[in-house]
Amino acid sequence: MVISIARRFASTVAVTSLLALGLAACGGGTTKDSASSSAAPAPAESAAASANPNAPLKEGLKLAFLPKQINNPYETIVDNAGIEAAKEFKGEAKEVGPSDASASSQISYINTLIQQNQDAILIAANDANAVCGPLKQAMAKGIKIVSYDSDAAKDCRDIFINQASSEEVGRSQVKLLAEMIDYKGEIAILSATANATNQNTWIEFMKDELAKPEYKDMKLVKVAYGDDDDQKSFQETQGLLQAYPNLKGIISPTTVGISAAARYISGSKYKGEITLTGLGTPNQMRQFIKDGTVQKFALWNPKDLGYLAAYAAAALASGQITGAEGETFKAGKLGERTIGKDGEVILGPPFTFDSGNIDQFDF
Amino acid sequence: MSVVDGKAPQAAGVPERSGARTIVDTVFRARELSIVAALAVLIGVTAAANSNFLSGQGVTDILLNTSILALLAVGQSVVVITRNIDLSVGSVVGLVAFVTGDFLASGGSMPLGILIGVAIGAACGVVNGLLVSFLRVPALVVTLGTLYVVQGLDHYIAHGRQINAVDLPPAMLALGNEGVLGVPYLPLIAVVIMLAVGYYLRSYPSGREFYAIGSSPEAARLAGVPVRRRILAAYLLSGALAGLGGVLWLARFGTVIADSAQGWELTVVSAVVVGGVAITGGVGSVYGAVLGALLLTTIGSALVVLRVNPFWQQAVTGALLLLAISVDRVLALRVARLLRKRNVRHGS
Repeated sequence: MVISIARRFASTVAVTSLLALGLAACGGGTTKDSASSSAAPAPAESAAASANPNAPLKEGLKLAFLPKQINNPYETIVDNAGIEAAKEFKGEAKEVGPSDASASSQISYINTLIQQNQDAILIAANDANAVCGPLKQAMAKGIKIVSYDSDAAKDCRDIFINQASSEEVGRSQVKLLAEMIDYKGEIAILSATANATNQNTWIEFMKDELAKPEYKDMKLVKVAYGDDDDQKSFQETQGLLQAYPNLKGIISPTTVGISAAARYISGSKYKGEITLTGLGTPNQMRQFIKDGTVQKFALWNPKDLGYLAAYAAAALASGQITGAEGETFKAGKLGERTIGKDGEVILGPPFTFDSGNIDQFDF
Repeated sequence: MSVVDGKAPQAAGVPERSGARTIVDTVFRARELSIVAALAVLIGVTAAANSNFLSGQGVTDILLNTSILALLAVGQSVVVITRNIDLSVGSVVGLVAFVTGDFLASGGSMPLGILIGVAIGAACGVVNGLLVSFLRVPALVVTLGTLYVVQGLDHYIAHGRQINAVDLPPAMLALGNEGVLGVPYLPLIAVVIMLAVGYYLRSYPSGREFYAIGSSPEAARLAGVPVRRRILAAYLLSGALAGLGGVLWLARFGTVIADSAQGWELTVVSAVVVGGVAITGGVGSVYGAVLGALLLTTIGSALVVLRVNPFWQQAVTGALLLLAISVDRVLALRVARLLRKRNVRHGS
């Protein structure tokens, strides 16, 4: 019984995915043609557009969120918050995306969205340059492009919603740890993969912050890479603690890394001796705040990120802003936001979670 | 594959060949001993560089890190011994870890959760087994297919959600890092299962039939071995152990998203091959496979402790695989020659 159902299910899945593949391929093909044929007249239109800060938000705007990959818990939170926000201004928002985090699969989704005449596409780019061509085609057809979480190249989007400035993330992580270990002792960083752009930028700023005189008694002994893999992060944490017996603190600016490190430390003899902090979500870290393994960690609010992105897209599509530096728009409950250099809007400083406030958050 | 011809009759239990069996046994016990030696050198060097490596916590860490891989290696080696392969184990671990986590997080009881996990794994194993044994589709293709199907199913069920440690019952988390008399539960479970499967394969006639099938499926069939049923059983065991592995994964890591254990199938196959189970079937033991798992895990930990650039880890694993396969080939040729000489002398 079970077997036959499982097998039937398996074949259904296979057939469905084949169909989906076929459809996506067709969609991509026709879209590309129609986009290139109508690409010529459009740029004039968008060049002529100018900002009217007093324009009301249009109703019935169609927004599409295109995350790095569906099934990524973090991106799901961001996108769902954006979809909720769209209801506030009576827009229609949806999330579509590939199940693998690759740029090539995002491209076929962009092509389909162009064909569907969306008012705005909100994208967390898997590759800043690879998605550029299709995004430009979309802009040529008057579709507004907002990048969030992970930026696309500057000239292929109107606005980038930056979760927090990289500099602020890097420096605040060091400050957070320093306060807990009295600015003294050896520290290490447990990162994701060795070539993750955002991680490396943060780590550079951490090193820069550590060079300041107030951190003269703190020493960064090692940057370890857990590859965002549970087992690897466990082993790297164990290795750090064994190889550096005087280690006082670990910063893990990745959600997989910090939860794996916390889980390992909570069940080892190092609990209470080592201070762990980094970037994590309240739900995954709740257990370790409660059992005392971790005192404080930080993150921006991913819900606010999606919310802000949705409002920015609506403001663009309604003509309130064009994405130029200095323009301002109202983002619902988040208040007025100003567009910075290179069309970046910064969500705000990272928020610090501790035992006193963690129960107010559920994400 | 002349070694195969030499082994098939003794595997099927012909008594007068017990001399041949001793030779083969000695050689392959030596094969396991060589892993133990490599392990001893590795641990010795690492411990000399950093005494913390062999501290109580250090040893516990290595045992815990190895347990899940060892469990999967036991299941995989039974499949590989029958000259098949199970590539779906990584996906099954991921699926079971998530589904069991979901069940426990919504208030399900722990024994039932564990049972569900093992049952899901066993069901996946049965699907693999039926496709391979009854429909005669090559194992590589079948299990590659189920790898993706199970992964897709996992993504569909998870739908971007995450299982958090705080939602799991404390007993489940305790299973992952506590133990009895200082020995953690996970390695205990792995060792008990290894001994049980190892004993069965070595001492039961039906256990020997797995080797017979791997040595020569055709000869085994002619000798009256129920080939299909044994292959089905091998996949069932591998699936059920992957299910158990998924439950333990949840207990150990606490935080689970849809893609946990992705890519582990290749690590498991590496452990099995390094452990002396011939990928061509018919040769090897679960003890060797578990030693292989222990060796690979220890290398990973040792390189970190020795502060070696992590990029070397994969290179070292790859080199070990090549070494293991070369050694197996040389051994197989030697054994074949020995057996042939014996046979000539006995005039058979």
